[in-house]
Amino acid sequence: MTAMATKTPTVPAATNGAVSRVEHAPASWGLGDGAAIPWDYAPAPESREIVTIKEQYGLFIGGKDVVASDGQTFATVNPATEEPLAQVARGTAADMDKAVRAARSSFRRTWSRLSGKERAKYLFRIARLLQERSREFAVLESMDSGKPIKESRDVDVPLAAAHFWYYAGWADKLDYAFPGRVARPLGVAAQVIPWNFPLLMLAWKIAPALAAGNTVVLKPASTTPLSALLFADVCRQADLPPGVVNIVPGPGEVGMALISNPGVDKVAFTGSTEIGRKIFQGVAGSDKALTLELGGKAANIVFDDAPLDQAVEGIVNGIYFNQGEVCCAGSRLLAQESIVEPLIEKLKDRLSTIRVGDPLDKNTDVGAINSRSQLEKITELVAAGRAEGAEMYQPACDLPERGYFFRPTLFTNVAQSHRIAREEIFGPVLSVLTFRTPEEAVEKANNTPYGLSAGIWTDKGSRILHMVKRMKAGVVWANTFNRFDPTSPFGGYKESGFGREGGMHGLHAYVRLEDR
Amino acid sequence: MAPDRIDVRKTYKLYIGGDFPRSESGRSYVVRASNGDALANAVRASRKDLRDAVRAARKAAQPWADRTAMNRGQVLYRVAELMEGRRDQFVAEVAAAEGLRAGRAETVVDRAIDRWVWYAGWADKIAQVLGSSNPVAAPYFNFTIPEPTGVVGIVAPETSSLLGLVSRLAPPIVAGNAVVVLASETRPLPAVTLSEVLASSDVPGGVINILTGLKKELVPVLAAHVDVDSLDVWGVPADLRTEVELLAAEDIKRISRRPAGVTDARFDWLDDRAAERPEWIAAWLEMKTVWHPIGT
Repeated sequence: MTAMATKTPTVPAATNGAVSRVEHAPASWGLGDGAAIPWDYAPAPESREIVTIKEQYGLFIGGKDVVASDGQTFATVNPATEEPLAQVARGTAADMDKAVRAARSSFRRTWSRLSGKERAKYLFRIARLLQERSREFAVLESMDSGKPIKESRDVDVPLAAAHFWYYAGWADKLDYAFPGRVARPLGVAAQVIPWNFPLLMLAWKIAPALAAGNTVVLKPASTTPLSALLFADVCRQADLPPGVVNIVPGPGEVGMALISNPGVDKVAFTGSTEIGRKIFQGVAGSDKALTLELGGKAANIVFDDAPLDQAVEGIVNGIYFNQGEVCCAGSRLLAQESIVEPLIEKLKDRLSTIRVGDPLDKNTDVGAINSRSQLEKITELVAAGRAEGAEMYQPACDLPERGYFFRPTLFTNVAQSHRIAREEIFGPVLSVLTFRTPEEAVEKANNTPYGLSAGIWTDKGSRILHMVKRMKAGVVWANTFNRFDPTSPFGGYKESGFGREGGMHGLHAYVRLEDR
Repeated sequence: MAPDRIDVRKTYKLYIGGDFPRSESGRSYVVRASNGDALANAVRASRKDLRDAVRAARKAAQPWADRTAMNRGQVLYRVAELMEGRRDQFVAEVAAAEGLRAGRAETVVDRAIDRWVWYAGWADKIAQVLGSSNPVAAPYFNFTIPEPTGVVGIVAPETSSLLGLVSRLAPPIVAGNAVVVLASETRPLPAVTLSEVLASSDVPGGVINILTGLKKELVPVLAAHVDVDSLDVWGVPADLRTEVELLAAEDIKRISRRPAGVTDARFDWLDDRAAERPEWIAAWLEMKTVWHPIGT
């Protein structure tokens, strides 16, 4: 248990309202019965000394740290402690206009005139600086977002640096990415990113945009602005020309002001389908280019010949990674009927070993939910799952007294019509459904307006490729899940959005192709 | 004096699911030549006809996508072969529809036939040009393949009744999609004749559906239809554009616009550099990325 943990396991109050079919595993030894294994871990907190969090953060516009036009600020909170970390300038529509002008001016005067070779070197610098300051970013990211240090340290920050590294190399090789065409930058890119991978999403957006010769105005999510503002410092250290990158935190309406600004040439958004639709509407009728990376409700399909222990690891990684706050999370487990029982048993055993708690503890598997409102949303959907008749299982783990925490949750007896099988929960909640034939698996997996990702577990190669072909999903993980790489295009089918990020395909979103 | 022979005039119909229905609504509208002469009555398709066409396209989409790439290429090439055989008819119709002199109309029709050939050749190459094998920094085999987006709604160019239509129609088809086309409103007749060619070609019924009618009436229905995955808004009238894109936003449709500053009337469809573009195929493709671990 971590230092923050209490000794009384309780279900969060808000889930208590519905049917009481909660099965709590007793805290005793016992393999195979879904019971908890009381392995205790000494606290292993990562030091927070490495990062200096300022009391106040401004907006980063034209290379300068400025206050908001109306002087307003907002607090960003550590979701694991509910304590404010810093006051951040709250951008306004006027600030967005200022930022777009700064981006336009640097696009005209410097960035678009720079050769690809020179742009590349700036991006390489940024990649190196992110690597050099990686621990600082990891600790700050975990404090501001609630994600376990294990993930920010081993996934978010290294991948963010890798994205800059990868796209740096493209900056002077665009002719080879688009044979027969000349790739021109679009101009000013307006980028709005979510709170689940704050730095990584920043890298996914900024790296390809800059490589292709665009300048950017980025709005980080209002609950997680700090890593983006630390990135502003990296831009300064890299001597990036002022105005090439502008960062303006603020609430959703400021994001809308950004994307509707007439000075913007390109809009890129990652977030929910609901907001994505508003963004789409915001650019309707204009000439702005648009890419959207939206929600998901991925099926993780386990066939009876799959190696079950590996599959269990993949399922756990698929839905409990980053507290399940992942657009491509494997939130629907489709298990072939003949193996559903042993699979659930193994899964329950595995759940009992998951450590929930202090994000800065190096042993923590599941950290804090990003915000109170997100915790409420998860709680509400879990209550709906129980009310609709699904059976809930949560391991008997202790939750810290303060902070926004939620137990890893597993629902069995789930019908396709249940809300927990249809709606994106964006939390550590897995719904188990079953199937008999590959055709039924395909039909159930595709029975959603989303189409971001899918998982397939089987030992049979030809079946993998058959399923791959049938899945209406932009990313298919076979015998693995939740893998990411800068060289690997990512993005959705259907209402999960359009356009790809990562790889050569990620460049498409930021160029206009002209005849040679 | 009575003529020796009364010519047999053609009834211009819709093309849905491989059949040639009249509109269930029983409506039609008069199509006029550029000099104002009445050429024929065209069917004024209804919302119901459009929904029928989308249903036919959905049904045909997966089998068409499942054809081998080489087979799709041959099927498209066959369309060119058949058009060549009816060249004179197309020349006469395009000349009448667009008010072109015979020589110019011949050039336009020849180019339309050649455009099918150009796009047909892409069928078994586009995946090699747009797909990739991705060198990820971990022991996984990772590749990206293009797949058709599904059902594409095409609002055809208004000015170029045949060449413009073919240039926008061939790319989604060679990519493996099924389509519902709203033909040029003022110049619909060559599109109907094209559908007669398609019906006798090897393009399976339902893969291409062609409707004639009023854009103001049909375009919003097409844009709002949740079983349409993507939308070609090239021929959408300027006053409908924002409305159409707002409707497309509802279910996050992919849309393909005319490049900024390009007008329908001025676009030079005869220019191969401008109208023969692999990007136009890519617009109707989804990229699917697959991961698999490497191990013993």
